[in-house]
Amino acid sequence: MNEQTLREPAPRNASIPNDNVIVAENLNIMFDTNDHPISALQDVNLNVQRGDFISLIGPSGCGKTTLLRAIADLTPVTSGHLRVNGMSPHTAREARAYGYVFQAPVLLPWRTVLRNVTLPLEIAGMAKSDRIACARENLALVGLKDFSMKFPWQLSGGMQQRVSIARALSFKPSLLLMDEPFGALDEITRDSLNVHLHDLWRRTGMTTIFVTHSIPEAVFLSTRIVVMSARPGRILRVIESDLPMPRSLGIRDTAAFTALAHDLREALRDGHSYD
Amino acid sequence: MNGMALGTMACTTACILGLLARLLIGTSWALPLALLALAASIWASVRLARQNDRLSMIASPVIFGLTILWAWEMLVVGLHVPFILLPPPSAIALALVTHFGELANDFDQTVLHAVLAGYAIGCGGGFLIALAIDRSLFLQRGLTPLANMISAMPIIGIAPIAIEWFGFDWPSKAAVVVLMTIFPMLVNTRAGLQQTNPMEQDLMRSYGAGYIHTLIKLRLPAALPMIFNALKLNTTLAMIGAIVAEFFGTPTRGMGFRISVEAARMNLDIVWATIAIAALAGSSSFALIGWAERRITSWHPSFHTRSLS
Amino acid sequence: MTRIFPLATVMLALIIVWYAGAYVLNAPQAINLMDPDGPHNFWAVVQAAWNMDRPVLPTPGQIATNLAASIFGNPLFSPRNFLLQTAYTAETAVTGLAGGVVLGIFLAIGIVHSRVLDRSLMPWVITSQTIPILAIAPMVVVALGNIGLTGLVPKAAIVGYLSFFPVTVGMVKGLRSPDAMQMDLMRTYNTKKMSLFVKLRWPVAMAFLFPSLRVAASLSVTGAIVAELPTGAQVGLGARLLAGSYYGQTMMMWGALVLASLLALALIGMVRLGEFWLCQQRGGRL
Repeated sequence: MNEQTLREPAPRNASIPNDNVIVAENLNIMFDTNDHPISALQDVNLNVQRGDFISLIGPSGCGKTTLLRAIADLTPVTSGHLRVNGMSPHTAREARAYGYVFQAPVLLPWRTVLRNVTLPLEIAGMAKSDRIACARENLALVGLKDFSMKFPWQLSGGMQQRVSIARALSFKPSLLLMDEPFGALDEITRDSLNVHLHDLWRRTGMTTIFVTHSIPEAVFLSTRIVVMSARPGRILRVIESDLPMPRSLGIRDTAAFTALAHDLREALRDGHSYD
Repeated sequence: MNGMALGTMACTTACILGLLARLLIGTSWALPLALLALAASIWASVRLARQNDRLSMIASPVIFGLTILWAWEMLVVGLHVPFILLPPPSAIALALVTHFGELANDFDQTVLHAVLAGYAIGCGGGFLIALAIDRSLFLQRGLTPLANMISAMPIIGIAPIAIEWFGFDWPSKAAVVVLMTIFPMLVNTRAGLQQTNPMEQDLMRSYGAGYIHTLIKLRLPAALPMIFNALKLNTTLAMIGAIVAEFFGTPTRGMGFRISVEAARMNLDIVWATIAIAALAGSSSFALIGWAERRITSWHPSFHTRSLS
Repeated sequence: MTRIFPLATVMLALIIVWYAGAYVLNAPQAINLMDPDGPHNFWAVVQAAWNMDRPVLPTPGQIATNLAASIFGNPLFSPRNFLLQTAYTAETAVTGLAGGVVLGIFLAIGIVHSRVLDRSLMPWVITSQTIPILAIAPMVVVALGNIGLTGLVPKAAIVGYLSFFPVTVGMVKGLRSPDAMQMDLMRTYNTKKMSLFVKLRWPVAMAFLFPSLRVAASLSVTGAIVAELPTGAQVGLGARLLAGSYYGQTMMMWGALVLASLLALALIGMVRLGEFWLCQQRGGRL
């Protein structure tokens, strides 16, 4: 497993050597419960390069969200080594190095769409005219330019999640962390948001770590797919995707896509076999 | 566990220092000792507040309360605060003992007669009215806003009118208590009976359950948390109602009578003793209902989250 | 319409029952007082029962007429003018309410931000409410009067003591109501405590503040009335109630009671107005 995850940078990134956005070595995370400590992540080794789109996939309780939260400094690391942009997660968070998209949009209902997107900039102390300009730009990126004066509840679920993506882009982060952002949406909305996200990633070149339950979603979006298993949370395999870019929904009917999805399903099944 | 031990130590130190200071009142030792004891006691409650076990959860407010009582005693005695402004806790305790007969008599008049009768009739009446209008949407829509509106009004003002109607003795106070408690119970029971969602009701329908069955098996149990809320709220309202109603006129017994008369006579220790009894009666009935609620509605989510956090 | 019609019907029924009750309760006395030579038919008894000087139960019409006579028949600053008495009570209620709300909010902020305060103070804030606080009223007035504080201050203090609690409890709940994900979101922005309070905790708590304010507003009028009782029945609606009780002035009691109720409704109405305004600011939802 170590050879797989600590492998050399993919050829695509070969021009920028040593450009590691995330480095995790022998990462362990334990949770204290009432009776006994539970191992949420065990001996995780992962190396994410600039420009990667990494999907974390696995059954519930496999620690994929925990890994994402550890990177974001929302969950403390028990032992091991974790670096984000060469800094500790804590320093990285203080430097506002990443944007985070949650499972739910988490929009503040009393703020308009525009003011939801300016929220992180307000907290960072940016001047009003600058932050409004920045927010408008990001709203345009997710295709919601005309909805800036609406309130969240006046938007559909998919639009709300796009607002939250625009908000995550506020600090122009080089790293985007997404925790099952489309999990609560219907299949059709999810497809269109996947296309949106793919285009956005292509345009910005942002390193993205994406937690998901969905095999087609992972295959469609990723450059690499990290397959995890539960109890304890471990990395089973890392699957490279060499599907051509840019991708459109049509790619899902190609043989290459189907083969990759099949591989992924097999890998996930392996993780379940000893249950 | 270490924090616990330190907390206990600090507590004991505070107690010993406090007692010493109390004995030495008037001498130059009293003030520094008192301050030391206060510091130790505050430190103990801070220590205990950081602990998560059950004992500390109880100990922390207890120590805080004792600190307050003790600081009260020291300040009042040490700074020669006039008795009329604030008697020391020791004087109140003494009044509780010396005037026991009178106070027990007041308790009987106010709590055992006016409050109990009014509370029972008010809560029972509110509940029954809520059940009675359950099948009529029209009456619910008409009565609920009215009940809400009346609850928001100063019902206590009805007391002199109640005296005109029911005489000076406890029935007029009970009438005030009935009026104060009936509307919260009515509104809460109504809201409680609407707690069930359509899916649960469809489930009952799929079992072929009729109105009565659905009411007993599904809607009343679902309403229990709200009903208990009203029962708890009403204990406070009933005590307030009965005592304040006595301010408007009463035979020469009763807690409200005692408070107003002794306050006018500047016997503040007796007033405080009466209030202590009222507080004890209020909080113990509150606790009793809380206990019953936990026994009966332990399935309710609010109890689960509380045990987790 | 589906809301107004049932309420109107119930109110109408209430008024009919009231008039009927006034007849039943007042008739025996009314018959005694009637001119023995006059007509004694049903309608005459009804007329007499509904127009007694000291009825057991006055009719709503009588109360309204009486109030109107007091308000328009006396100079504005005459103590006999009910409007002046209402103003006294309103002054007490509003002053105390303002103090209680500010105190309640500050206590809640302290409790939410300090574990020590939460653990040691919160149980006492709750216990303080199982004490019949209004019962302290005469004592507070006497005690504060002895150190030279008379008039508005002791009364407002009672109202404040009464109204801080719902605000504290509501605001503690409200300031704690941001969910885990909202807190995480703010954490990803590296938000400091102050920003967290201004941007998240406070705005979220608004939905809890207004219901608490309504309760506090309603309590404040009750508190003001009770606080007016032990001052030797000088000013305010509470004093009118007590005076009416002493001298058997039924109409005075009913007038004071009705005005006190209207005052409470007016205060709650103002809170509702504030709530409505904020709601508008937030695009229609609180």
